[in-house]
Amino acid sequence: MSHVVSPIREKLVSGGKSYHDVTQDICRQVEGAPTKEWKIAFGISCVIFTYGAYCLGYTWWQGIGVWGLNKTVGWAWDITNFVWWVGIGHAGTLISAVLLLFRQKWRTSINRSAEAMTIFAVLCAASFILAHMGRPWLFHWALPLPNTFGSLWVNFNSPLVWDVFAISTYLSVSLVFWYMGLVPDLATIRDRAQTKASKFWYGLFSLGWTGSAKTWARYEYVSLILAGISTPLVLSVHTIVSMDFATSVIPGWHTTIFPPYFVAGAIFSGFAMVQTLLLVTRVTFKLEDYITIEHIEMMNIVITVTGSIVGIAYLTEFFIAWYSGVEYESYCFVNRATGPYWWAYWMMMTCNVISPQVFWFKKVRQSILLSFVISVVVNIGMWFERFVIIVSSLHRDYLPSSWAMFSPTRYDIGDYLFSFGLFFTLFFLFAKFLPVINMFEVKAVMKGVSTKYPKKQVAHKQIEKEDTKIGEEVSES
Amino acid sequence: MNTTERYLVGVFDDDEELLHAVTDVKTRGVKIEEVYTPFPIHGLDVAIGHPRTRIPIAAFMFGCLGLVCILSLISYTMYFDWPMIIGGKDFFALPDFIPVSFEGTVLFTAFGMVGTFLVTNGLWPGKEPKTFDLRSTDDKFIMTINMEDNKKTEAEIESILRNSGAIEVNVKQF
Repeated sequence: MSHVVSPIREKLVSGGKSYHDVTQDICRQVEGAPTKEWKIAFGISCVIFTYGAYCLGYTWWQGIGVWGLNKTVGWAWDITNFVWWVGIGHAGTLISAVLLLFRQKWRTSINRSAEAMTIFAVLCAASFILAHMGRPWLFHWALPLPNTFGSLWVNFNSPLVWDVFAISTYLSVSLVFWYMGLVPDLATIRDRAQTKASKFWYGLFSLGWTGSAKTWARYEYVSLILAGISTPLVLSVHTIVSMDFATSVIPGWHTTIFPPYFVAGAIFSGFAMVQTLLLVTRVTFKLEDYITIEHIEMMNIVITVTGSIVGIAYLTEFFIAWYSGVEYESYCFVNRATGPYWWAYWMMMTCNVISPQVFWFKKVRQSILLSFVISVVVNIGMWFERFVIIVSSLHRDYLPSSWAMFSPTRYDIGDYLFSFGLFFTLFFLFAKFLPVINMFEVKAVMKGVSTKYPKKQVAHKQIEKEDTKIGEEVSES
Repeated sequence: MNTTERYLVGVFDDDEELLHAVTDVKTRGVKIEEVYTPFPIHGLDVAIGHPRTRIPIAAFMFGCLGLVCILSLISYTMYFDWPMIIGGKDFFALPDFIPVSFEGTVLFTAFGMVGTFLVTNGLWPGKEPKTFDLRSTDDKFIMTINMEDNKKTEAEIESILRNSGAIEVNVKQF
């Protein structure tokens, strides 16, 4: 029950904040007028979004012939972008669910924005799924709905159908998880609201929340069970995405290492994206006391660990391609590293395997600038990973006469820009209108962190208890 | 309705203190109706004497329902309605159906459980909250005592609340 924290732990919230300070600090940007920086950033993302929407609209209107695909390379930027975004969308649920199960309290200041990022990233991924169908208005054909062809049903043996179920379940469950986490904080904003409009809107979405003990008791079970089911869910999603490739018979795709390798890569790129956004949010909203160097360092450690797992997976894949004795398989891998797409392969290797290794040095791990640079580099590398897997495996197929290269058109690039525009527009809206830090969870882990509270506890006849507990870590449960 | 509910509202400013106060106030024979806090406090519901929540059972039931529904859908479409030979597999190729069955189970569990949570707590969009003190979602911990449930006089209860650490005691009527 006690909030006593081991003295060797760094404080999760610095600056000796009280509960009221937390409310003030986080609500400030929701209640105040938008800052100039926010307006500029939001304006830029809206412009990108508009241009991207034009390109995507043109793609939908004309069909995917406007992309640079050819009869050899039938999947390129569309699926690369899809896998990349879905991978990024893994960190949010991972941070809130897995770290909740492991009782990692440092997650509390970052889980809200990470979850928001998850949802927006999955939406971006979904835009490529719709676009690559060619006729997006027939997307419901991917669902098992009664129809006039028989009914002719979807094939439940196919990983593409598994993917439909996995992504839509993941999106909707993440949304519920995120929203349930928001409700108590929306109630806080509602109870502080000064204007009629904010009273109405925050009142509408806070569902009449009062924070009664009975509700909180049920709420904690709901969060725990949601975390419990989201953990296998998040692992299943990228596993299934990897099976889109692994169950095919294309050399370079048909490998059993894909599920764990994709999941590690997803965590890797997701954490990198969370890091990028957090560092920006931290500075623009002055949240240095909540997102501390400790948080940044923890994130960097996860990035290094998962980056190394990904590195081992690359080497294993290469070794197995040779060791299997399958000529096509070995050719595919040698071609990746030394063929016409060597630059993409080595870009991937440098960004994903070598760059995160600098985090072995504590100085680098704690440097804000370097953390930011590496987090962007990692995501560039992870985009190239998917590009290498997809395009370099396809571009030289069994028949040398049909070997080809892929070059993106204006619409490949424009559709990719669309996803960035969508992502950042949604993220900036979120950052303005919703609390970017989970206030109630931060308040719950503050005891023993804030300098004010231990003194107060001692003052209230807790001295005997306090003495016996100092130095040992007592879990919250 | 002309009967008004009269409440005594004790305001505390520390969670540990509140937890002690709950036991304290209860042992002195005052019935606490509810406690409102800005964040969850472990053991508070037990201290007040609320029964243990059965939400996990509901979640499990919804999970089972999801599994049954999704497997029925798959077996109807793939086995009964239009069986097709796909890659030489059985019509009912169970290992292939595991991913979708899993997703369906998770989907039903999540939505069923959250739906149950909202219904049992009476939470819905636009509901007018019964607010005793606006600060209870910020930094204050509120203990409410319904005067109808208690035989003691207001003055007696107020002094009990103050003795157990309340910084304010207010009267609230609905």
